[in-house]
Amino acid sequence: MTEAAVCPVPHENRVHPLGAPAGFEEAISNGPVRMLWPNGVEAWVVSSYAGVRKVLSDPRFSANKDGQPEMRTEGEQVLGLPEPGNMNVMDGDAHLRLRRPLSRAFMVKRLNEMRPRIQEIVDEHLDAMERAGAPADLVSSVCLPVPSLVIAELLGVPPEHQELFQATAREMFGKNGSRAEYEAKAAELGGVLMKVVEEKKASGSTDDLIGLMVNDTDFDMDELLFLAIGLLAAGHETTSNFFGLFTLTLFEKPDQLAVLKRDPSRADVIVEELMRYTVGRLGGAGLARRATEDVEVDGVTIRAGEWVAVTFHANLDESLCPRADELDLERKAVSHLGFGFGPHQCLGANLARAELQILLRTLFTRFPDVRPAVPVAEMDFREDMITYGAAAIPVVW
Amino acid sequence: MTVRIDQTRCIGSGQCVLAAPDVFDQSDDDGLGLVLVPEPSPDLLPGVRDAVDRCPAQVVTLEE
Repeated sequence: MTEAAVCPVPHENRVHPLGAPAGFEEAISNGPVRMLWPNGVEAWVVSSYAGVRKVLSDPRFSANKDGQPEMRTEGEQVLGLPEPGNMNVMDGDAHLRLRRPLSRAFMVKRLNEMRPRIQEIVDEHLDAMERAGAPADLVSSVCLPVPSLVIAELLGVPPEHQELFQATAREMFGKNGSRAEYEAKAAELGGVLMKVVEEKKASGSTDDLIGLMVNDTDFDMDELLFLAIGLLAAGHETTSNFFGLFTLTLFEKPDQLAVLKRDPSRADVIVEELMRYTVGRLGGAGLARRATEDVEVDGVTIRAGEWVAVTFHANLDESLCPRADELDLERKAVSHLGFGFGPHQCLGANLARAELQILLRTLFTRFPDVRPAVPVAEMDFREDMITYGAAAIPVVW
Repeated sequence: MTVRIDQTRCIGSGQCVLAAPDVFDQSDDDGLGLVLVPEPSPDLLPGVRDAVDRCPAQVVTLEE
């Protein structure tokens, strides 16, 4: 038996800030391929729409790393450790035990009730941006604070702590962060959260997510704090980046921006297409799983014990929709992989949807002439973060 | 035509509610998916098929 050639995983040097790492698309063009990560670990990379769905939903692929060294591009391992409450690295019933109680706080109808409040927070920040006048940085005036305040309210954390959990997220998702720095920030935030937990215990409230965890689940304190920190961090960092990336994508495609401006009431469908396209175009090898048995995917056999990484470049697979490599805001929503797939699909997806819909609709309705103050290619992007996005988006209107 | 949700593996993502709000709901008790209309009329079927496709836990089924 001959070993197929293993190429190094392309993970840096994006040719375009909204595109894939150099060489990535070529490397995945012939179906599943074995790639070598900088830390010496090899993994299969699966890139077809059906293949990615299979890897992320078939229980023979485990999210539990089982102590095996995982492929990494750089930096120290901050995320992905099997600690209490880290449901991202759990399978089956252990995962469901933690995930299910949380899903109550992210129910579609509960989030619909939150929409007027989200709108209010968006309006306040756009008012402030208008008062301060052009040019403005969209990231610091809107992208970052809006999702931070929304997730703090959903959890029941006082808004004045937003800078602390933003800093914790930077350590958690930083590619070059150190475990020690992350733990220091997480401990500081944990102290704040302990006080919130005591208040919820005293009041018996289940009106917000921390109250719900304290008073209506069997989570122990370590699990509860880990989940609360993770939700605060992931809950603002991702939405913040994607609102920026969506806006930049629209700046680059005026004909598509015109579709949004023509009918902002279609923001729900438009967010789905922006999510599909933006995530697909960024490419890169993402979530990791380990095969627990031999499994066939896209014509290759992944052996028990081998690593698999999926790429959401699969969102540009023609089997998902015609002209999949084009952004078409007039198409109807398709079942894209922008929020992942399988039991670990983004817990906050419906919250992110509500926020992104309201943000996009309101920004371009109130500021129909908003445009970048410098070319998108000249803006700074956060290459040092697992959660990629623009560092600043200077705009005028 | 019968719609079912396997609640033992449902994660309460609510994707079925987004795909077919007239057919599905989420339980106030635990957030898990509920079938409101187990035998939906033909005009509701496209939404149900969408829910089957979108469900991240793959627990919505339509027996035709």
